Amino acid sequence: MMHHLITLPILLPLLSGLLMLVKRDSVVLPRRAIALSSTTLLLVISAMLVIQSDSGEITYYALGDWQPPFGIILVLDRLSALMVCLTSFLALGSVAYACAGDDRKGSNFHGLFQLQLMGINGAFLTGDIFNLFVFFEVLLIASYSLLMHGGGKDRTQAGFHYVALNLAGSAMFLIALGVLYGTTGTLNMVDMSQKVATLDPSRLGLLKAGAFLLLVVFGLKAAILPLYFWLPRAYSSAPAPVAALFAIMTKVGIYAILRVYTLIFGGSAGELANFVQPWLWWFALATLALGGLGVLSARDLRSQVAYLILISVGTLLVGVSMNREASLAALLYYMIHTTLVTGGLFLLADAIGEQRGKAGARIVPGRGVTQPALLGLFYFAGAIAVIGLPPLSGAIGKVLLLDSALPSEQPWLWSLLLLSSLAGLVAMSRSGSAVFWKATRGDEDGPRLKVAMLAGLILLIGASPVLSILAGPITRFTDASATQLLDHSAYVEAILSHNVVAGGDS
Amino acid sequence: MEALFATVTGFLAASGLYLALRGRTFPVVVGLTLLSYAVNLFLFSTGGLTTNGAAVIKEGVSYYADPLPQALVLTAIVIGFAMTAFSVILAMRVRGDLGSDQVNDQRGEESKEDKS
Repeated sequence: MMHHLITLPILLPLLSGLLMLVKRDSVVLPRRAIALSSTTLLLVISAMLVIQSDSGEITYYALGDWQPPFGIILVLDRLSALMVCLTSFLALGSVAYACAGDDRKGSNFHGLFQLQLMGINGAFLTGDIFNLFVFFEVLLIASYSLLMHGGGKDRTQAGFHYVALNLAGSAMFLIALGVLYGTTGTLNMVDMSQKVATLDPSRLGLLKAGAFLLLVVFGLKAAILPLYFWLPRAYSSAPAPVAALFAIMTKVGIYAILRVYTLIFGGSAGELANFVQPWLWWFALATLALGGLGVLSARDLRSQVAYLILISVGTLLVGVSMNREASLAALLYYMIHTTLVTGGLFLLADAIGEQRGKAGARIVPGRGVTQPALLGLFYFAGAIAVIGLPPLSGAIGKVLLLDSALPSEQPWLWSLLLLSSLAGLVAMSRSGSAVFWKATRGDEDGPRLKVAMLAGLILLIGASPVLSILAGPITRFTDASATQLLDHSAYVEAILSHNVVAGGDS
Repeated sequence: MEALFATVTGFLAASGLYLALRGRTFPVVVGLTLLSYAVNLFLFSTGGLTTNGAAVIKEGVSYYADPLPQALVLTAIVIGFAMTAFSVILAMRVRGDLGSDQVNDQRGEESKEDKS
């Protein structure tokens, strides 16, 4: 049973998603029950996976018992277990929030949501690069419909841009995969990493082109500088629970970069070893700088949070490009923090917008919120966490990252990271004072926070203090993940040595 | 055959790219479809071009075509088909909701500015 556990993060959301397709217009309550219980179960399963992966052993599951490098495999290591766990936690928060009424605004919210979870979990667990493409498509097609959940002009237009861009991205993904397959003759990531190291030098140029094309595709998903223009519009027009879940979507891109460029084109790749990282460094820094400017220019709470996501993408990619144990460990810790907190801030922006009536989530003085104390507290905590002020988790993540920079990298990283944090601080304090202090009295009979919304907010924003209290065990885990990620021979040993027969029914 | 194949793939990709960069939703959808055709052809060629080769292992046959690209193309076609259907519906929805088939409708932008 423990052996098959790794398939459940994909199968469970698929089953519950299908279950909810049976009758499209059935009563809401059973759907909510199914969605909540399935997501909770997913959290339990992924926690078990984290515990299983913490033994340090890399396990794989061969689908249909076709052994690698021929069959499709699912791989469980510390990083993928961590990402699946993070996804299910975030999903629980946004499903809880959606149960307050957002799920009624269009058809089949919960079903699509579960299918999207399936795509995300699959992308994190797969060990086959074509399968990565398939799961990307699964999560994208679910996200297209979720983005337009509830309808409206803004969403339709943002949705069309998002869809067209991602279709072009998928086409490029396939071209890149074709080039990689044509040069190496395999699709299994670990097997490919071995082929890359011993490749005929005359084909290196082609392989390099394919690898760069793949970086463009992942960069589009992760929203690196020249490819981020879709993000603020799409995220700020999406419904709140969907936007909260989308906080993990950019991280899927970052995960893919991390996986492909440490495993396939990592230290053991011969001529091509770590060739992407120097490029990534400058693009990441530019993303960081532009995210800081964007946060200052945002006129709406939701687009402000979207630009905060952009800052976090820049920060994470800087960590990826430094490609050392300490910086990878720091970026993994920061990734947990930033995904949960920005997700929570999207929910909070929606709650604030709902209580302010006509002023909505725009950053203008207007009618106050109905529950200034409660929402103000959440906003304060969320702002401190996302900017990275002590004592909450953002500060720990940023300090770890700053600390891991080499002296030659310090001038760039320290100045840009700290300046963008300052920009975040200025913007968040300005919007906070406009929304909470310059406001007139709120409408006493206005809409109040429902229990489900409160639960979602507490789960996501409340995760930040918990993350700083548990920083010890979490950083121990992320340190171990970073070590494992850079240990290329362990993957080869675990997956390609046929003495260890695992997978299937064995 | 290689030259013909490469020319066709390149021509399809170029036309697809040109159409995808147009300002109206219908050419964009058609362009993305052409692009996905080009990609499918390209995927076919990744295993090397083989004429009259067997794809499944058989006694007494020594001349094989690479079967994997064919499986990949099949997957890509199915996914591309679903995506095309979705984007056609979406393009119609854009036309209905915004009253225009411009990808970047300026009127929509202005009314948004007025609101804020």
